[in-house]
Amino acid sequence: MKLLLLALPAATLAVAFPAAAAPVDFVRDVQPILQKSCYGCHGEKSQMASLRLDARAAALRGGLSGKTIVPGKSAESSLYLRVAGVGEQARMPMGMKTLRLEQIAVIKQWIDEGAVWPDRAAGAASAEVKKHWAFQPPQRAGVPKASQPAWVRNPIDAFVLARLDKEAMKPSSAADKTTLLRRLSLDLIGLPPTPADVAAFLADKSPTAYEKQVDRLLRSPHYGERWARHWLDAARYADSDGFEKDKQRQVWFFRDWVINAFNRDLPYNQFITEQLAGDLLPNATQDQMVATGFLRNSMINEEGGIDPEQFRMESMFDRMDAIGKSMLGLTINCAQCHTHKYDPILHEDYYKLFAFLNNANEANAAVYTPDEQRQRAGIFRQIREIEGEMQQQSPDWVERMARWEAQAKANQPDWVPLEIAAEDISTGGQKYLPMGDASMLAQGYAPTKHRVKLLAKSKLPRITAVRLELINDPNLPLGGPGRSVKGTGALTEFAMEVGEGPKPEAVKFARATADVNPAERELEPMFYDKSTRRRVTGPVDYAIDGNTDTAWGIDMGPGRTNVPRKAVFTLTKPVENAADSSLTIYLQQNHGGWNSDDNMNHNLGRFRLSVTSAENAEADPLPANVRAILAADAARRTPAQQQAVFSYWRTTVPEWSKENARIEELWRQHPAGSSQLILSERQGEMRTTRLLTRGDFLKPANPVKPGVPAFLNQLPPDAGATRLTLARWMTDRQAPTTARAFVNRVWQSYFGTGIVATSEDFGRQSEAPSHQDLLDWLAVELMEPSAKGVTPWSAKHLHRLIVTSNTYRQSSAVTPEALAKDPYNRMLARGARLRVEGEIVRDITLAASGLLSPRIGGPNVYPPAPDFLFQPPTSYGPKQWHEEHGEDRYRRALYTHRYRSVPYPMLQNFDTPNGDASCVRRTRSNTPLQALTSLNEPLFMEAARALARKTVTEGGTSEAAQLDFAFRRVVARAPSAAEKSELLALLEKQTQRFGASVDKAWEMAAPNSWERLPLPPRATIGQLAAWTTVSRVLLNLDEAITKE
Amino acid sequence: MMNPLHTSRRWFLEQCGVGLGAAALADLAGAAPAADPMAVKKGHFEGKAKSVIFLFMAGAPSHLEMWDYKPKLEKFSGTLPPPELLKGYRAAFINPNSRLLGPKFKFKQYGQSGAWASELVPHTSAIVDDLTIVKSCVTDAFNHAPGQLMMNTGAQIFGRPSFGAWVTYGLGSESRDLPAFVVFSSGKKGPSGGNSCWGSGFLPTLYQGVQFRGTGDPVLYLSNPPGVDNQTQRESLDAIQKLNTMRLNTVGDPEISTRISSFEMAFRMQSSVPELMDLSKEPQSVLDSYGAVPGKPSFANNCLLARRLVERGVRFVQLYHEAWDQHGNLVKDITANCKDTDQACAALVKDLKQRGLLDSTLVVWGGEFGRTPMVQGGDDGRDHHPNAFTMWMAGGGMKPGVVLGETDDLGFNVSKEKVHVHDLHATLLHALGFDHTKLTFRFQGRDFRLTDVHGNVVKQMLA
Repeated sequence: MKLLLLALPAATLAVAFPAAAAPVDFVRDVQPILQKSCYGCHGEKSQMASLRLDARAAALRGGLSGKTIVPGKSAESSLYLRVAGVGEQARMPMGMKTLRLEQIAVIKQWIDEGAVWPDRAAGAASAEVKKHWAFQPPQRAGVPKASQPAWVRNPIDAFVLARLDKEAMKPSSAADKTTLLRRLSLDLIGLPPTPADVAAFLADKSPTAYEKQVDRLLRSPHYGERWARHWLDAARYADSDGFEKDKQRQVWFFRDWVINAFNRDLPYNQFITEQLAGDLLPNATQDQMVATGFLRNSMINEEGGIDPEQFRMESMFDRMDAIGKSMLGLTINCAQCHTHKYDPILHEDYYKLFAFLNNANEANAAVYTPDEQRQRAGIFRQIREIEGEMQQQSPDWVERMARWEAQAKANQPDWVPLEIAAEDISTGGQKYLPMGDASMLAQGYAPTKHRVKLLAKSKLPRITAVRLELINDPNLPLGGPGRSVKGTGALTEFAMEVGEGPKPEAVKFARATADVNPAERELEPMFYDKSTRRRVTGPVDYAIDGNTDTAWGIDMGPGRTNVPRKAVFTLTKPVENAADSSLTIYLQQNHGGWNSDDNMNHNLGRFRLSVTSAENAEADPLPANVRAILAADAARRTPAQQQAVFSYWRTTVPEWSKENARIEELWRQHPAGSSQLILSERQGEMRTTRLLTRGDFLKPANPVKPGVPAFLNQLPPDAGATRLTLARWMTDRQAPTTARAFVNRVWQSYFGTGIVATSEDFGRQSEAPSHQDLLDWLAVELMEPSAKGVTPWSAKHLHRLIVTSNTYRQSSAVTPEALAKDPYNRMLARGARLRVEGEIVRDITLAASGLLSPRIGGPNVYPPAPDFLFQPPTSYGPKQWHEEHGEDRYRRALYTHRYRSVPYPMLQNFDTPNGDASCVRRTRSNTPLQALTSLNEPLFMEAARALARKTVTEGGTSEAAQLDFAFRRVVARAPSAAEKSELLALLEKQTQRFGASVDKAWEMAAPNSWERLPLPPRATIGQLAAWTTVSRVLLNLDEAITKE
Repeated sequence: MMNPLHTSRRWFLEQCGVGLGAAALADLAGAAPAADPMAVKKGHFEGKAKSVIFLFMAGAPSHLEMWDYKPKLEKFSGTLPPPELLKGYRAAFINPNSRLLGPKFKFKQYGQSGAWASELVPHTSAIVDDLTIVKSCVTDAFNHAPGQLMMNTGAQIFGRPSFGAWVTYGLGSESRDLPAFVVFSSGKKGPSGGNSCWGSGFLPTLYQGVQFRGTGDPVLYLSNPPGVDNQTQRESLDAIQKLNTMRLNTVGDPEISTRISSFEMAFRMQSSVPELMDLSKEPQSVLDSYGAVPGKPSFANNCLLARRLVERGVRFVQLYHEAWDQHGNLVKDITANCKDTDQACAALVKDLKQRGLLDSTLVVWGGEFGRTPMVQGGDDGRDHHPNAFTMWMAGGGMKPGVVLGETDDLGFNVSKEKVHVHDLHATLLHALGFDHTKLTFRFQGRDFRLTDVHGNVVKQMLA
C-alpha cells in the first residue's frame, strides 16, 4: 500500500481534487478528518508523543518528533508525511484504517495553502464540540452565484452547481419526459404512471407541463401512502408485539393517521407534536390521541418469566432511540449507559429527556372510524333526546330523583379490603401486581386457563360476604376491567377456604349478586378452546355453580363493556372468630381459548377483594361513577354529573320502561370500533425518574428532573415538565437538528444518500455533509418558507422544491468515468437510479398488471403467504394468517400485516425493516432470493397472468402492438427494436410450446379457480400462456423495479 | 477501488457479445464485480475454522441433568437453598426460595478426559475427547427472547446483527450457489427471538440467515411456479438477462450487472438446493448413524444437511431445536429431547471428523441459559437460570478433550473460569480468524461489534 501510494504521481491527486478551484476550509474539510482519525491519541484526553492536534497553538507547536505542520510546505510537515505513509516512520493513524486518498489530499492541500486555522476553531476540542456545525441552529445560507445561470431553476441547483464547479464536474442533461414522469410518480406516490398519464404528459407542450404533473401527484391520496411508509420505518411500525408470542396488535389507526397527516400536509412541527403529546393538547381529538401511537410502537414481551417493569423500561429505551433517530437525528441512546463518547450528551441528559416520557400509561384505547364516530354521535344525541322527553314529561323528576338518592346513599354496608398475595405457582405465569389500593393488576403472560390462589388475612372477626370489584386501569385493553382484547374478563368459579394447614375449610356460598347479570351466551370464536363443550358466560350465579363450562360474564356490548363491575358472594354460614385467620380465595379463569400465545385470554384485569360482616350484603347495583357522584357534594354537581345520575336512575323507574327499552335498542346499535395503542398521562403523583447506572433498571441512582442537554436549544422559560414542552422544544426554530434531520431524510429518499449520509446521526461522528449550505438552506426554508402563502414546516413545499429542481431532473445514465469519479453520486452530477423499496416493488407489479386495489387505509390485509411460516417450528406459536381472496389480496404492500417475528417474506427479501427498532435508512440489497421471489412467488405470478390477460384483451390486434402495450405498462417507455425482437421471439417460442399442450397452458395461464375466466375474444389459451411468460419476463426486468 | 462497471462491461463485451448463454453467465458470476459484498475475505489472521455449525438448543437445556454433575445437590435435594445465594437473585417464575431438586439422571465419567455426562447423552458422551466442554457459561438474560438474542447477537435487545451475520460479513461466502448463512428449525416451536436470532441488524440485509425447511420448498419460492417447466424458466431467464444487458449498456448502472448475477445464482439454486436437500442418496450407514430418515424432517436430518452444506462451502449453519423449556415434565421431556438430538449431534461431529472437515468446522452446542437447582412446581421442573450453564464445542480451532470451568456444589453459580457469552463470542471469533475488537461496523457514529465493549478470548478453549 505504501509503495503504491509513493508510486502515485502527485498529478493523480491533483486531477481528482483541483487545488486551484476551491480552497480547503479547515473547519469543514480538515477538522472532521483530524477529529475522526487523530484526536483519539492526540487530543484532549491523550497526547501521544506530546502531540495535540485539537487546539491550534498546540498543533502548530508540534510534538516530540518536531514540527507537525509547516504552513505552505506539506513536504516538510510530518502531519502529511505520516498520514500519507511517506518516509521511514510508521504510518498514521497507527492501528487504524489509513486515510482515504482524498482525505490525504485535503490535508496536503490545506498545508500547502498555508494551513489556515481560523480563530473560531482555535480552541481545544472540548470547546469545539459545542461548535459542531449541526449543533448550531441552521441559518439560511446565501445562495451561491451560479456559473451557469440557465441551469438554475431554484436555489437547490445553485448550491449543487457550485459544488460541481468545485469538483470540476458538470451536471447531466435532463432525463427524457417518460423517464422523468415515471421517476416523479414513483417518488411522489410510489406507483408507476399509467400509459394514459404518460401520453397526457407527452402531449402537454405547455411550459408548465411538468409542474402540472407535480401538482397532480402531490394532490393524489397515494402521496400520503408513499411518504407514510418512510415515517413508519422511523416509527418502527408493526402489527404485532414482537418477542416470542408476537401477538397481533391493532395499530392501523396510527398508520392511517400518518397517511392522512401527509395527505393534508400537516405541518411537520405539528406532526411531531401530536406524536409526542397529542393527548395533552387542549381538547385533544381522537386523531391526536392516536398520534401518540408513535411512542407505543415499542415491542411488548409477555413471556411467562418477565418482570413487567423491566420491559416497560425496555419500551422507554426504545422510545428514546426512536425519538433520537427519527426526530432529533442524534444517537442519544449512547447516553443510556454512560455519557456520550463523542457528543456532549451527558448520562444525566438522557434521563432528563427520559423523564418527560416517564409519566405515562401504556394505554390501549377504543377508536372509531369517521363513520363510526358519526354513528356514535347520533346514538348519544338520540339518547339525550329521549331522556329530555322523559324529563319534560315528568317535571318533578328532580325531586323524585333526589328522594331516590337519599335512600340509595345509605344502602351500602361497610366493606374491608383484603390485602392479598398471589401464590406464584398458581398464576400460570401471569404477574399480579399490587396497586397500592388493595387491588391487583394482571400483567405479562396471559394464560388462557388458570386458577389463581390468593392468600389474605381477615381483619374482621365475622365474615358474611366477599366482594369482588373489577376495576378499570388505563394499562388494560380498552381500559379493562378484563384482559381480553375487548377489555372483558370472565370468572369461571369463585371459591374460598378458611384456616391454615393441609385441610383448610372450604366455604359454601348461599348466593351471588352482581351489578350486571348478562343473559347466557356462548363464548365468541376468539375464546374457542378446541373442545366440543358448550362454554358460556352469563349471570353471576355461574361463578358458584361448580360448573367450569359456565362463567360470570361482564360483556354488556359495545360502548358499555369497559366499566367497573362488582359481584358479591354471600356465605351460607358466616365465618365466626375470623380475625387474623387465613383466607384463601381462588379465582378460576378458564374461559379463554386454546392458545395462550395468542390474543385468546379472558382473564380478569384489575380487581380488589373485600369482606363484610353485614347481613344481607348485595352487590351495589349503581354504576361506580354514579356511586361516586352521589358520594360527592351535591351542591357542586355539574349538569353532566346530574345527567349521569339520571341516566342510571331512569332505569329503575317502572313507568319509563318503554323509553328505557328504546334507549337499550340504541345502545345495541353502538359500533364495536377498534383499538389503538396510545400513551396517556398518569393521574396523581408524577413517577420519579432516576438515572440508571449503566442503563440497568435494577441500578437506579439519583432522581432526575425533566430537562434537555445544555448544548442544544433551551426550554422555554416556565414551561411545564410535560411531553408537550418536549415537543415544543424539539420543534423550536432554534432546535438545531429537527428540521435538518427531516430535510435530510427526504433528500435521502430521492437521491439514495442524504446530504448527511448518516441520517440517524448528525453528531460529531457523523459523516461531513456533502452540501451543508444546501442542507441548511432547505432546513430554514422548511421552517420559514420564502415563498408567499406557503405554510411553515410544509413537507409538500419541500417536495415541490426538490422535484422541480434541475438537479432532480437530470438523466441517471452514467459513464464509466463519471462512475469512477463519484460512485455514490454524492456530487449529484446525475440523476438517481435506484431499485425501489420492497413495498413499491410489489405495488409496481400490482399496478402494471391492473390488479392493484387503490383503496386507502383500514385494517391490515393478508396477501398470500406460505402457511408453514405461521406454524411451529417456524413460528414460535401458531399465528393467524387468513389469506385474502377478494380485493384485499391486491392492496398496496403498505397494508400487509406485519408480524415482527415472521416478516412477510416478499417484503423481507427486498430489505423492508421488521419494526424491531427505529430505522431511518434502509439497506438496498440485490440478491438471488430477490430473483427467486420475483420469478416464482405466487402473487408475482398472479400479476404476470393478469398482465397477460389484459394485454391480450386490451393491447391491440398485432403482437407488436400488444408487446408495446405490456411493456409500457411495466416500464412506461416503449421497447427498443432490439428489445422488441427479443421478446417477440420468446413469445413465438412459447406460443408454440403451449400451443402443443393445452393442459400446460391452462396451468400456466390460470391455475387458480378465480382465474378460470372465459378466454378473451380471438385468443387461445396457448397465447395467453405465452403472454404470461412474456409478462413475467417484463415484471422481472431490473428496470421494472428501478427508479431511473 | 476498481470500477465495477469496467469489470462488467468488459465481461459483457468479451463473453456475451454473441448470444447470452448460461455458461457465459456462470463465468460472469464467478468473477463477480469487484464490489461484491459476498466476496471471500480474510480475517485478521489465519483462523482454523472456516465454517460454523451452531446447534442451538432453544428453550435452555438443564445443565444439571446433562453435563454438570452435582452430587451435593442430590444430597440437599428437598431443602431450601442457602439464603446468601439468593441475594439479589431474580427468577422468572418461581419464588427463588424454593426447595432444591437433585439431578434426575445418573452420571458417569467418560473418555480420556474423564468428563462427566449423564445417561441422557449416551452418544455424545462417547465422543467427549473430541469436545471442549465449558461448564461455566453465564449470561445476562433469564427470559427466552432476550436470552436467545444475547447468545446470538451479544445484546438482549433487538436490532443487533447475529453471530452468523457477523461471520458472513467478515468472511464472505465460499459458495456461489448457496446462501452463506443457512438456518433450520425443528422441535416443538420456533425460537422465541424469531427472525431476529439470525437477523442482520444494522449490517446490510444480505448477511442475514436464510431459512431452509426439511419439507416442501426448502427455500421459499425455489420451485418453478405452476406451468413453468425448466425450459420455460431458462428461456425466460435468458430473455431477462439479455434485456437487462441492453439496459446496462444504455444506462451504465453496475447494479444491473449485480442483478444479472443474482438471477443466475437464483437459477443455479433451483438445482443446487434440491440436490443438497436430497438425503436419499446418502448411504444407509450414514443415515443410520445420524438417525436421519429422508423425507421425514427432524433434527437428525438437519444435522446431516448441515454437514452437506458445510461441504458445499456454506459459511454458517444454525440449527434451532426449541424444546428444552422444562418448567415441568422434566424427566419425560428432557429424555425425549435427548433421544431426538444426542445421536445426531455425535454423528455430526464424527462424520465431519471422518471426512477431514472437523478441523475447519466449528461445531457449537448449547442453549440460551441454564436451569435452576431449585424446583419449579411439584418435583419435576426447573426455572430459567442465567448464572451457570454448559455448552460444548468441537473442531475448528477448539482444543479437544477439555473440560473448562466449574460451578459451585449446587450448580448455581460459576466458581471457576467463568465464560460469559461475550467471552464465548470473542473466542469463537478468534477461532475464525478475527480479533473480536476489530470486527466492526460503523453505525450511528460508532463502531459496533458482536462483543460490544466486552469479551475476552478464552485461551484454554483454543487448540
